[in-house]
Amino acid sequence: MAFYRPARWQKPFAFTVLCALLALPGLMEIFDQSYYIGFATRVLIFALAASSLNLVLGFGGMVSLGHAAFFGIGAYVAAICQQGGIVEGLLAFPLAMGVAGLFALLVGALSLRTRGVYFIMITLAFAQMVYYLFISARAWGGDDGLPLSERMQFAGLSLTDDKVLFYVALGLLTAIMLLLGRLADARFGRTIQAIRENETRMEALGYPVFRYRLVCFALGGAIAGLAGALLANLTGLASPALLQWTQSGTLLVMVIIGGVGYLYGGVVGALVLLLLEEFLLGFFAHWHIVLGLLLIGIVLFAPKGVAALFDKHRSQP
Amino acid sequence: MTQLFLEQALNGLQFGLMLFLLAAGLTLVFGIMDCINLAHGSLYMVGAYFVAAAAQAADSFWIGLGAGVAGAAVLGLLLELTLFRQLYRRDHLSQVLATFALILIANETVRLIWGPAPLMLNPPEALSGPVEIAGFFYPAYRLVIIAFGLAVAGLLYLLVAKSRVGMWVRAGASNREMTEALGINVRGLFTAVFVFGAALCALAGGLLGPLLAVQVGMGESVLILAFVVIIIGGIGSIRGALVGALIVGTVDTLGRALLPTLLRALLPADAAATLGPALASILIYLLMAAILFFKPQGLFPARA
Repeated sequence: MAFYRPARWQKPFAFTVLCALLALPGLMEIFDQSYYIGFATRVLIFALAASSLNLVLGFGGMVSLGHAAFFGIGAYVAAICQQGGIVEGLLAFPLAMGVAGLFALLVGALSLRTRGVYFIMITLAFAQMVYYLFISARAWGGDDGLPLSERMQFAGLSLTDDKVLFYVALGLLTAIMLLLGRLADARFGRTIQAIRENETRMEALGYPVFRYRLVCFALGGAIAGLAGALLANLTGLASPALLQWTQSGTLLVMVIIGGVGYLYGGVVGALVLLLLEEFLLGFFAHWHIVLGLLLIGIVLFAPKGVAALFDKHRSQP
Repeated sequence: MTQLFLEQALNGLQFGLMLFLLAAGLTLVFGIMDCINLAHGSLYMVGAYFVAAAAQAADSFWIGLGAGVAGAAVLGLLLELTLFRQLYRRDHLSQVLATFALILIANETVRLIWGPAPLMLNPPEALSGPVEIAGFFYPAYRLVIIAFGLAVAGLLYLLVAKSRVGMWVRAGASNREMTEALGINVRGLFTAVFVFGAALCALAGGLLGPLLAVQVGMGESVLILAFVVIIIGGIGSIRGALVGALIVGTVDTLGRALLPTLLRALLPADAAATLGPALASILIYLLMAAILFFKPQGLFPARA
């Protein structure tokens, strides 16, 4: 892989999509399809979560199979905050990011000592640890998860209105994507991509490889925590299913479908996967079979994801 | 107390041996071909379903076990020839994605064919009762599982440590290119290892079937335990898999049985009631993290 360089049309295209999304809730209400506002919010939230994994996986080159832990921790922090009376998102969301990020820092500090398959497995094991911890913690609802009695506020605006939640999710996703875009081009982003390409060389050049990786991993975890806090608001429940390792797998699938290491890979992947789910589920209850076959097809025939199909700059490896 | 301890230790041994059957195939697949197979748990699940279905059709547990294991071996062969061959040269990410896709397909197909309700698998009539050993009663069927596990573990040890094929397998695990250069057909060898691993999966699934429910999703939880086992033991090492499996099986079983009691003696009752189960369920992961902290390559690294 080469360094990430956005295609020339990417910025205007993203801006157009953003404008279209701003008009979406209004349009949905006119056509009396308010259900799809919730669906669109779900896509935005998963886009955020998948993008956070893309930072770790695509830019940092760390194949983490435990990303759901940070996602789920964010959701649980939001639910615990809400039950504890902290209903302001401006307070609770950074808290969710902080807790998830700190935990990612801890997990990263231990697992980044290992390489390759060991890293994949140890991140998975840490995620399982969190999963079992929450399942057996009766104070936090155990198997049933921790419900939010109502949605939070954001800067005084109640998120109970689906439209407000949609705009908050859109705003946060836009902000994070801008941040990630800047980061990919900045010194930090260049360094972690270079580490992905040739770790030994960067080590020899005197870069603190471990620390760069750790920061990248923790940042990814923090953003996943934010996504989790938003999702808890959308569904009204911090469920242990969010922490399950299949959730990590799903996020991974999103990133790979979208395109590993492309800025918008996570966003595209989340959109494609959730749309597929929405439509296929209507036709065929066992849609996972179709999805599985599709994924194997992608692995065998389009290993670089959907985003790569539109990329003429990228040379073949 | 000693009786409880002994009983749980036997349970741990039995669980550990079954984990070994799963981990043995997995560790070789990992070790020789450097290929991540998340679908190993699915082979276990499908194997258990094959055994249960065959046992119901033939009305005999042993015939069902044989037929199910054979069926799983054939399935493993098909998978290896069609999909896994393509995956060996790919990066870990592609392997994770493709085998994750296999899990989705396997779970839904099983649900489609056998429905969402768990399948019943009864142990053989003659073994359904308890037997008395050293002053306490222990289910005969569990003893048979232990015997099976020990026999397979011994056989595997002879095969891997003493036979020529086993020598190739070990050579492949420690340095694949060199083994190929010496004229060993690693490709064919690997097909054999994969099929053998699939058969062992089904054997474990079939043997555990009467104790646990044969249901969709049974593969995932056990898969992760098998991963923990091979990581503790060191990827590619059969000896490591055996030691790791016994450690994980015993620690997990004893932890669940004894830790709550132990904590109750040390802590106030309500704190112990919440902390006990939580601690017991993450004990093996803590153990794994600790082992990896001191030995990042596991206890018995195959690539020294």
